[in-house]
Amino acid sequence: MTITITNIRRPNSDTPETLTIENGLIKGWNLPAEGETIDGNGATVAPALLELHAHLREPGQEVKEDLASGLAAAAAGGYGTVVCMPNTSPVIDDPALVRALIEKADALGFARLKPSAALTKGQQGKQLAELSLLREAGAVMFTDDGRTNEDARVLRLGLEYAHSLGMVVSVHAEDATLRADGVMNEGAVSEALGLPGNPAAAEAARVARDIEIAALTGARLHVQHLSTARALDLVRDAKARGVPVTCEVCPHHLTLTDEALRGFDPMFKVAPPLRTQVDAEHLLAGLLDGSVDCLATDHAPHTRAEKEQDMLHAPFGIPSIEVAFPLMWTQFGEVLGLERLLHLFTGGAARVMGWPEPTLDAGQPADLVLLDLDTARPVTPAEFRSKAKFSPWAGQELRGWPTLTVVGGRVAYRR
Amino acid sequence: MTAFSDTRPRHLLDFQGWSTERLTAILDNADTMLSVLDRPVRKVPALQGLTVCTVFFENSTRTRISFELAARRMSADVVSFAASSSSLSKGESLRDTIETLTAYKVDAFIVRHEASGAAHRVAQFSGKPTINAGDGRRAHPTQALLDAYTIRQEYGDLAGRNVTIIGDVRHSRVARSNTELLTRLGANVTLCGPATLLPRDLAGERVTLTTDARTAVKGAHTVMALRLQTERMDAGYLGSLPEYIQGYQVNEALMEHAEPGAIVLHPGPMNRDLEISADTADGPRSRILKQVENGQAVRMSVLYHLLVGRA
Repeated sequence: MTITITNIRRPNSDTPETLTIENGLIKGWNLPAEGETIDGNGATVAPALLELHAHLREPGQEVKEDLASGLAAAAAGGYGTVVCMPNTSPVIDDPALVRALIEKADALGFARLKPSAALTKGQQGKQLAELSLLREAGAVMFTDDGRTNEDARVLRLGLEYAHSLGMVVSVHAEDATLRADGVMNEGAVSEALGLPGNPAAAEAARVARDIEIAALTGARLHVQHLSTARALDLVRDAKARGVPVTCEVCPHHLTLTDEALRGFDPMFKVAPPLRTQVDAEHLLAGLLDGSVDCLATDHAPHTRAEKEQDMLHAPFGIPSIEVAFPLMWTQFGEVLGLERLLHLFTGGAARVMGWPEPTLDAGQPADLVLLDLDTARPVTPAEFRSKAKFSPWAGQELRGWPTLTVVGGRVAYRR
Repeated sequence: MTAFSDTRPRHLLDFQGWSTERLTAILDNADTMLSVLDRPVRKVPALQGLTVCTVFFENSTRTRISFELAARRMSADVVSFAASSSSLSKGESLRDTIETLTAYKVDAFIVRHEASGAAHRVAQFSGKPTINAGDGRRAHPTQALLDAYTIRQEYGDLAGRNVTIIGDVRHSRVARSNTELLTRLGANVTLCGPATLLPRDLAGERVTLTTDARTAVKGAHTVMALRLQTERMDAGYLGSLPEYIQGYQVNEALMEHAEPGAIVLHPGPMNRDLEISADTADGPRSRILKQVENGQAVRMSVLYHLLVGRA
């Protein structure tokens, strides 16, 4: 099967070009048109985005999201590959389940699914899961995300075992005892609102501990959704010391702060919580100086009814996979530049996983996205492919919307 | 006719958007309402034809009765919704609950909820005038109004008066609302409690924080004891209840350090001989039952202000 995409531009180029795809691979640039021809309308072409942290809720919570809706949403957001989190029901700690999910996702034809699996059985933090069998089944990362790894010894063992398999362990780095019942960032805003706070120190303290364990074991540690300036400083220092640690930051921690909670709308209740403007600016600086390795969405869909509870009872998390790139491009495109931004969504994430950096060279897998960097369009949750049709950014005019996502040579999304 | 510097607020969720003049007018009107309570027939027709719904997601018989009597004394119909016996336990969302009640043509909501901000959500979902009867740690505006009213009744004015609030400030919506209202009305507020129950971020203009109770009550015209939930000890906030009593109980010995004639308040319900000694609670300084009586009048005034003359 052959597809020719005409009238597209590579990043930072004004020259319209043509790309030919054949049998799932890039055949080459500016060849004579053949097969199905798609007009790129002058959009910018890039390798498809790579998501390291999405909650697709299958199995067990399909009312919030399932593989079909989640991977379609990912494709609509420009993603070609999604690493999903294992905090499902049951937990993804069984090799047969990993196989079944991959098989099902392959048949859907949206974004590729690369499941992560639980580090410990049932994510209970007590006994290691069958890490080697899980890897064999196709799991690409181990994490107890959704839970924090309270037992440092178990994390050490998990890191050592995963390292022997050449795998990354990613952590939700937050001291659960210090977080306590916090539902938002602890500070002046939480005191004014009378809501229980989660101190920045809960994240920093845990990041410090986990960095020490990574240094002890020499194993690859990936810190998820960093939200505080202090924790980022710790990662930066650790990297300078040569500790094998990487980290990700989410668009919502860069674009929103705890001030958003003043309306008591649980839409803005996320874990870790929205922090202060100082933290957000510090994280942005981390994107610029390279101490943040990649952007990840922590796409966390819920039902509308769940989010319409009060601040104490509503669940943590927002859907964001469909708006991540437009949001970052609109808000920080000028500061970061297109190349770095794309790197944070693609190559940076690949490097975290130890995967080759994706390119659009001949012979490479045809996973690509066309981005309309200029046309402003509002965020319209009703049009989301995700089952979670709400958004903190609803109505906001953004640029940089994906117009076409191709995965393995197949059109996975087209606007 | 008083001129107000704010637009007429639709809800009483906290004091945001409420001008000091308007809050003062509510206190002034409470005098009239109090006189209604002294009549042989304690009922006026001001809210006739209107239906007020009390929605209590958190138990509080006293506050609910105070509001319900306030509404009934003004001839409103009153219906009650108690979360424990409701479909919330069957998983219905807050929004569905409130929208259903609104569809019954309720004219106003009075809400208590364990979560800060829940009253704001009710106001958004219903669109009807909503009174916050206490939400989480956030706000309890009518309690603050009745406290201010009680102090004003004693001293005539709040300007320059020193009010000390002692106890579990961290978890207290009463402390938060009182601090805001009393300082706006010209009082100085001192918040006092063990460091674990005293959030630093509440300090501000005319608001002092201290962990020393004797320092806190020095110069105080009013001392308010806050209810201490005994679970706080198990949660690690306190070493022991005897230790708390020794440091922070409002009793006669402590009141020796306050201004002569200083009065004692408590938002209730009281743990006698824990946060307040029984003899102080029952003694001549106590205005605790006065607060209860005033509460009804203040709530009548709030209902009148929010519901009468509203198109």
